[in-house]
Amino acid sequence: MWKDLLVERRSKETLNGLFFFSLLLLFVFQFALGPDRERLAAVLPGLLWLGFILSGLLGLGRTFLVERENDCWEGLLLAPGDKSAIYVGKLAGNLLLMLVIETVLVAMFAVFFNVDLGAAWPALALVIVLGTVGFTAVGTLFAAMTAQVRARELLFPVLLLPVQVPVLLATVRATEAVLLGEPLGAVANWLKLLAAADLIYVVVGVLTFEFVLEG
Amino acid sequence: MTRVLGWLAVLGLLAGLVAGFGLAPREVTQGNVQRIMYVHVPSVLVAYLAYTVVFVASIAYLARRVEAADRVAHASAEIGVLFNGITIATGSIWGKPTWGTWWTWDARLTSVAILFVMYLGYLLLRGMIEDRERGARYAAVLGIVAALNVPLVHFSVLWWRTLHQPPSLLKPGAPAMSSAILTPLLVNLAAYALLYAYFLAKRVRILRREEEAAA
Repeated sequence: MWKDLLVERRSKETLNGLFFFSLLLLFVFQFALGPDRERLAAVLPGLLWLGFILSGLLGLGRTFLVERENDCWEGLLLAPGDKSAIYVGKLAGNLLLMLVIETVLVAMFAVFFNVDLGAAWPALALVIVLGTVGFTAVGTLFAAMTAQVRARELLFPVLLLPVQVPVLLATVRATEAVLLGEPLGAVANWLKLLAAADLIYVVVGVLTFEFVLEG
Repeated sequence: MTRVLGWLAVLGLLAGLVAGFGLAPREVTQGNVQRIMYVHVPSVLVAYLAYTVVFVASIAYLARRVEAADRVAHASAEIGVLFNGITIATGSIWGKPTWGTWWTWDARLTSVAILFVMYLGYLLLRGMIEDRERGARYAAVLGIVAALNVPLVHFSVLWWRTLHQPPSLLKPGAPAMSSAILTPLLVNLAAYALLYAYFLAKRVRILRREEEAAA
């Protein structure tokens, strides 16, 4: 229910804006690092995740904006039943949004930076999905917390970025290995850490969300 | 009661100074620089203690809704950040002559730095929410997320890189130092723990008075 509503609305405003934003990010990375292909290739996994995170900060920060602007916050508070259903719905919506954006970003990276995804893409997809679940789970929770705060554009990234360090480290390492054509077994450590992080974040989000949505 | 605690802390710190700078032997390879350990190690352990208290008090607040628990979490986070800052500062001062650099992205340095920014964000969140009750709830949620994130940060950063010497106190088996060094360290640790308890009691009382004055 929540998810459908969300995707409907988002597909018009947020999604278009984020596509354009990620295209601009590519340009900025290119200009900032110069045309040297070798150097770009070395930092590519980091750039990719930097792109995801920057887009995510913008996209996830807007999670509860619709409710805020249309005075539906009280509607969320009064919604009958389990509040964690709202969290799961919002999480699913955000996850979908992030995965669409990330797919586009990866495709653009492949074209602009001349990366041959070839056989690596299933492994890459796994890493990206694992990382995105963790990022989005915390992002959705924090977006709800910062929705009612004055300086939310500032507070949201300030809270989210430190918490996301493990996810960022793990995904960048795993992406690096995958792009170099190493088997997934070589980064099993990191994948397990990501899976554990996803589990912890989602469970904590489900359990604590009702406290965020109390008033 | 608080006053007694304060005087005990003062006595402990004096004893710690005497033990660390007077009784403890001069370290053979590092010289007097090594004595900074008597400040560095106790403060990091007290910071961990403070963050643990934040975690427990946050859960207690969400479960019971006693304002006292919220005040304990608030005060403990502030003191934790303070000792965390002392840890980083003393570590830098020690690192410059010993490792030849103020800062390096070593695993344990990084994880302590991440803790520092995570709980700075926590304090920032508290400062930005005007509504007393909502601020307490949000902070409690963040206090739980941050604490659960600690093991993830620990392992991710550990696998990322490491240079710092392994923990000298918190590890299985007998401590890897002679009692001539260990005893002053433990004296200092006890003194810092007393200092923490004193700060906590004092700060909780101030927070309560502030609320009474505002009410």
